[in-house]
Amino acid sequence: MLVLTCPCCGVEADETELAAGGQAHIKRETVGASDDAFEEYMFMRENPKGVHFERWRHANGCGKWFHAARCTMTLEVFGTYTAQTYEPPADIRAAITAKRPGWSWGRFS
Amino acid sequence: MSTRLGTGGRLIDRATSVGFEFNGRKLKGFKGDTLASALLGADQMLVGRSFKYHRPRGIVAAGPEEPNALMNLGKDGHFEPNARATTTEVFDGLTATSQNHWPSLEMDVGVVNNYAARFMPAGFYYKTFIHPRAAWKHLFEPFIRKAAGLGKAPKGRDANTYEHLYVFADVLIVGGGVAGLQAALTAGRSGKKVLLLEQTAHWGGRVPVDGAMIDGMDADAWINATVQALENMENVTLRTRCMGAGVYDHGYALGYERLGDHLAPTTLPRHRLWRIRAKQIITATGALERPLSFAGNDIPGVMLAASLRDYVVNYGVSAGDRTVVVTNNDDAYRTALALKKAGLEVPVILDARPQGGGALMEDCRAIGIRVETGKGISSVKGGKRVESVSICAQAGEGAVLEEITCDAVAMSGGWSPVVHLWSHCGGKLIWDAAQAHFRPDHDRPPLGADGAGFVSVVGAANGQMSTGGCLNDAHQQAQAVIKTVGGKASREVAAKAGAEPMAPMAAVWKMPQGAGYKLRSKTWLDYQNDVKVSDVQLAAQEGFESVEHTKRYTTLGMATDQGKLSNINGLAILADSLNDEIPKVGTTTFRPPYHPISMGSIAGEASRELFQPVDKTPLHGWGEENGAEWEPVGHWRRAYCYKRPGESTEDAVNREVKAVRESLGLLDASTLGKIIVKGPDAGRFLDMMYTNMMSNLKPGKCRYGLMCSENGFLSDDGVVARLDDDTWLCHTTTGGASRIHAHMEEWLQTEWWDWKVYTANVTEQYAQIAVVGPNARKVLEKLGGMDVSKEALGFMEWAEGQIGGFDARVFRISFSGELSYEIAVPASQGRAFWDALWEAGQELNVTAYGTECLHILRAEKGFIMIGDETDGTVIPQDLGLHWALSKKKDDYLGKRAQQRDHMMDPKRWKLVGLESVDGSVIPDGAYAVTEGTNENGQRETQGRVTSTYYSANLERGIAMGLVLNGPDRMGEVISFPKLDGSDVKAKIVDPVFYDREGEKQNV
Amino acid sequence: MSNAVSALQGEAHTGFATITEQGLRGMITLRGDLSAAPMKKAVKALTGSGVPQMRGCVLSDSHGVAWMSPDELLILCPYTHAEAAVAELSKALAGQHFLAANMSDARAVFAITGSAARQVVAKLAPVDMAQSAFSEGEIRRTRLAQAPAAFWLRDAEMIEVMCFRSQAEYVFELLKRAAQPGSETGLF
Repeated sequence: MLVLTCPCCGVEADETELAAGGQAHIKRETVGASDDAFEEYMFMRENPKGVHFERWRHANGCGKWFHAARCTMTLEVFGTYTAQTYEPPADIRAAITAKRPGWSWGRFS
Repeated sequence: MSTRLGTGGRLIDRATSVGFEFNGRKLKGFKGDTLASALLGADQMLVGRSFKYHRPRGIVAAGPEEPNALMNLGKDGHFEPNARATTTEVFDGLTATSQNHWPSLEMDVGVVNNYAARFMPAGFYYKTFIHPRAAWKHLFEPFIRKAAGLGKAPKGRDANTYEHLYVFADVLIVGGGVAGLQAALTAGRSGKKVLLLEQTAHWGGRVPVDGAMIDGMDADAWINATVQALENMENVTLRTRCMGAGVYDHGYALGYERLGDHLAPTTLPRHRLWRIRAKQIITATGALERPLSFAGNDIPGVMLAASLRDYVVNYGVSAGDRTVVVTNNDDAYRTALALKKAGLEVPVILDARPQGGGALMEDCRAIGIRVETGKGISSVKGGKRVESVSICAQAGEGAVLEEITCDAVAMSGGWSPVVHLWSHCGGKLIWDAAQAHFRPDHDRPPLGADGAGFVSVVGAANGQMSTGGCLNDAHQQAQAVIKTVGGKASREVAAKAGAEPMAPMAAVWKMPQGAGYKLRSKTWLDYQNDVKVSDVQLAAQEGFESVEHTKRYTTLGMATDQGKLSNINGLAILADSLNDEIPKVGTTTFRPPYHPISMGSIAGEASRELFQPVDKTPLHGWGEENGAEWEPVGHWRRAYCYKRPGESTEDAVNREVKAVRESLGLLDASTLGKIIVKGPDAGRFLDMMYTNMMSNLKPGKCRYGLMCSENGFLSDDGVVARLDDDTWLCHTTTGGASRIHAHMEEWLQTEWWDWKVYTANVTEQYAQIAVVGPNARKVLEKLGGMDVSKEALGFMEWAEGQIGGFDARVFRISFSGELSYEIAVPASQGRAFWDALWEAGQELNVTAYGTECLHILRAEKGFIMIGDETDGTVIPQDLGLHWALSKKKDDYLGKRAQQRDHMMDPKRWKLVGLESVDGSVIPDGAYAVTEGTNENGQRETQGRVTSTYYSANLERGIAMGLVLNGPDRMGEVISFPKLDGSDVKAKIVDPVFYDREGEKQNV
Repeated sequence: MSNAVSALQGEAHTGFATITEQGLRGMITLRGDLSAAPMKKAVKALTGSGVPQMRGCVLSDSHGVAWMSPDELLILCPYTHAEAAVAELSKALAGQHFLAANMSDARAVFAITGSAARQVVAKLAPVDMAQSAFSEGEIRRTRLAQAPAAFWLRDAEMIEVMCFRSQAEYVFELLKRAAQPGSETGLF
């Protein structure tokens, strides 16, 4: 039963107010993409033991999507941030580095 | 015999007697009694039979660790099995029956298992019932199921109600003994929000029984003063009868408040589940006494020493007249002292330690109690009651030195801290060899959202075994916790308790040390599941080295008490058998709840009419009044049909189907989703959402559209109307509204956030009524208002205006193939508008129709239904909907996926109509078979039915289905096997069965 | 319109708090750039209040405005004014990117009154209902048991709860049961 702070409305939301939306920072592939690229986009996901970036929606609340950086092993939350970004912001990355030096995830580190 | 003493009992009110029933006998207890103390007071030591051997079982403990005294409580809707007598407070009219015996508690035929015990060792069932395989299902399992199981499942519906409560605290403290009270006092003084929960009805835990002086007061006085002080703090909430049941991620904890268990049934909630969010949690959950492992330690009358003392001090109840005390630590001497004080006999104290105990031992000797050190029990004699014990040297093999007559045995094998809540969320343990127990490893706590520990364990739960130690520990850790939550620690100090000099305890895992097989096979570890020392040893011998495997193989600790008494003793035996150290063998995982909680409390309010929200349209009431047979569609209730008095469902549907085609039908279409999409980029956005083009739709026009998932599969459909230059209104399927709205918002917020588009789900703003049939226009014209002629409002157009004085938005769209208007009015006027249509339509045989009629009408027209023709694996191309896939657009959701090999495969099954050769209705979901078998030996299939109905208009069965190469096989007959072995032959036809040219809807 | 009726037509129930369906309320969903000057002006003109801060809620006897999300407001007004108010907003915001929709009929509103009103909500919503955590001038969107809902304080002893019209019966039953006399929680 996680608590995540929704960056859109500031509520420290109980997990029962939230809906999980899977991995964050996936680049959409569409018409013109190779089969392999499309498969990667559609089906392939990170499954880390440790630092992870996820999409969440404050479904029973302000209705907005946001991103969360957390540890899948300890459930430590490094921070939540806007969904309107292609990559984790610098302050989130710094917060992760402070707790998990040398982390890497997909194309980020 | 056990009996009520003439005096004593700090928790009972001797002036108020309480009548209750046990196994049909009327018994009396006192207010404040637990069922267990009342039973003992009435000389009812025998309370049940064990699980496997049906051995007689007596009360062992006085709290939630009790393994034996499990009861069926209450009657009918208030019946509950497996309730512990030790945690059940008696009230006038309580009824209880014991469990797991037949025909009666005293005479149980299942006890034959006991005589066969040597043939039923650990793993007996696994070993015996493997062959022949078939016998398991038909012979062994039914027999074992009948013989096994404690208690009975309730037969009827639970008559009680339950509720949840969401509570937030800076510091949650679990356990209201002196450590918990001290922690609450320390934390409370900071002004931070503190919540203190105690599972029993009383504060103070066991210190008042053990007798300590705190801050110069006797324990009861200090406890009362402290509770008073806490009650005066506005920031502190105290609750008794509320167990801290579990600790979960991010400071979530469950409290289980028993509001009604100590009262006769009422309509008030019986249990309340506290759903707590705490910044920090302090558990002050105390410790549980362990049994000693000697032969016959399960005979009724053998009890935990401290529990036996509880009965004397708290309830004025003696377990027996002559009690032998056997121990490996000093605490049990307190029992001897308490018994003596109550005027009862203690023939001997057997202390397994060669040097014996400390000051308490001297106290006992001083009042003339015989103490034998280095001695233990060789075996206990007795059947349904202890008759005597034989004494032996602890160091030996059990040679009997002396036989002592007694009717009770008080045993103490040391204390195990209640570390459950610490462990629930990942806190680790360390082995304390001096105390022979596991206690929390503070360096490895459960971690919270910030990555730091959020649980602290204080008092006996932390291995503090003296009152003063508990108070100090609680105070110091509470001070630290207060700082963690941003508070300021006060300068007050911990309450002081007098020193209690104790001699070290000694680990004793077998009594006597060298007990042979004969003794070990009568030495119980797990009373409820009948696991003996010899069983664990056998498991180790057979290679079950992991504690988790041994647990499952022997069932040690798997009963409803979750091994509260047996785990450590079992673990020690296993370690000994493996010749390893206890911490290396490790513990099994503690999982919440600490003690069983009711399923009702977990469900909370969600039962009966509140099981799930039932969404009702503004026209629901009319349906209730007019014979609606309801069908759930999502959370909505829609009328399946409207039955006239005496009419069958089938007749009602057939009547509705004909009436709509012949004259005039009304459908409550309010459940259809309605989403407004507005903005400069709205057209572009809808072109991505729908497979067809929506940006070029003209204001005033409607267009049917398909939505696919990014994976290519059909997900929703509906009519889109363009309201003005930058505004569209999208209709979705019933139950699809919030899903599709969320889907749109997801893409807008997470992919195209720079597009200027706003959406609003306006589904419930409108009541929408479909006015359908050749006379649809006539009834609207009769009501009067806006022009609804073909010229003014053509097919697939919409207009706003007034009808019969109602503000309305009218869509000329048809899901039935008939002349049809879908009319939206404000929801609050929906019922009035329906009533007006109903009245105006009387002369036109107006007929309300339900979802089944709607389905038949659309199937007659070959219109697909999301969820019937689609199942999450179907793409528009499968359904012949190529016309709805825009070729002009570069992209839409699902377009790329639909270009994948599998989606382009010519062998995908395609939509066709199916006409049974004999006119019958093909069974729903039937598969069409073809020659050959697949690799599993099943008949190969070539298609399946997706929709199938009886059409009263065509007077025959009609169906749609997906068939291999279907569209190229018109006229071919294929075969659908039925469940009865026969089959239906059906001709592949065009899916449009009715008015192929579409003339009727276009008038 | 005279034949307009609310979901439960003013039904009421008295437990340890009183639950009353509040009849029809004018409600407008207004989406747009909440920081833009025309938006602030339009809201002020209609409700007399400025655009509230995050989760803010400003109420007067007849009107109100509540912060629903970073790009959405809820405008409260008399039921019969709602259509005209949408037109007024549309006029004031012409040329802006915005959405204004009359949602008056899509909702049901309940008042929970009494000194124990907070306890009723605390049984149903995962929200800290302590005075220090939730007070007047705030709106909270959440769930009541399984129903989406939002609520605010009208005054110290009156919580107004908004839910979907279709779920009015479910929510009324929830509130009634939570307010059952004898089931007080002793909190707040």
